[in-house]
Amino acid sequence: MVGTSSLGSAAVPSPDADDHVRGRGPVAIVYFDLACPRCAGTWAEIATLELELCVRHFPVASKRPRSPVLHAAAEAVAIQSEDAFWNFWDSLLADRAHVDDPHLWERVRDLGLDLDRFQSDRRSDAVAARVGRDFRSGIRAGVTATPSGFAAGERLGDDLAAALRDLSLQSR
Amino acid sequence: MIEPGTRAPALGLADQDGNTVALDDFAGRRLVIAFYPLDFSAVCTDQLSIYQEVLGEIESRDAALVGVSVDSSACHAAFREKIGLTFPLLADFHPKGAVSSAYGAYLEDRGHANRSLVLVDGDGTVRWSYATPTPLEVPGANLIFDALADA
Repeated sequence: MVGTSSLGSAAVPSPDADDHVRGRGPVAIVYFDLACPRCAGTWAEIATLELELCVRHFPVASKRPRSPVLHAAAEAVAIQSEDAFWNFWDSLLADRAHVDDPHLWERVRDLGLDLDRFQSDRRSDAVAARVGRDFRSGIRAGVTATPSGFAAGERLGDDLAAALRDLSLQSR
Repeated sequence: MIEPGTRAPALGLADQDGNTVALDDFAGRRLVIAFYPLDFSAVCTDQLSIYQEVLGEIESRDAALVGVSVDSSACHAAFREKIGLTFPLLADFHPKGAVSSAYGAYLEDRGHANRSLVLVDGDGTVRWSYATPTPLEVPGANLIFDALADA
């Protein structure tokens, strides 16, 4: 991901209209790698918490070569339907054994999406730029591992699931 | 930790292939040295993987990156292959920790380097250094880019 814009320190950006945000409650932002086992484990614990949860792409390609493909696929799904994006995202993290291309196509068909469009979108510059936007904001905010989370501009602790559980309980 | 403005101590360490790497090898370019505790440990793996992801951007800013730990060349070779690193890892193996110590980045009580970053300019002068308060804290790649922009 070579670019010319700054990668120097910057606060984590607040969720905007382009972000993927789900749920209601205190706002939390998480940086995830869809091919990361720790992310999958954490997701199972946080997906249904009472939070306004913003998920961002943080593919670590050198360590997990499949990761960029999965993030681009998720973003390509989002172009067709935000609801489908969440279904796809949940599904990839719930079943990491089925993430080859035929498995992705099956998910896309099951979601009633246009497979040809998915195939071209997932390789598009726009999708790469959208994934890269998240990755760069994570680097600038000092993300050094996945999953990482932020709330109220502050980095959450290493036990992200516990931190988000505490955050969700604060709203009650 | 070594202070900015100091002459950078010599490297003279074997890389993952057993080739000796010296500061002069980077003459004219800036060099980011990432001291880290140990190959294959979870936190170090995360740290170096993230640096790998932005390696192209470090290089596009006229800088090179090397990692240094007390592990041997053979261990470095296996570690690089396992997590897909392409930048050199240098073995501060014998005498153990000598170069890390010269940079003020060695933890005597633990027997490995502290997680530290050093930026050396093309003339061999230290321009910036950073040591984490504890080995569990990881310096983000953002700090490297801050230093490359400022130094």
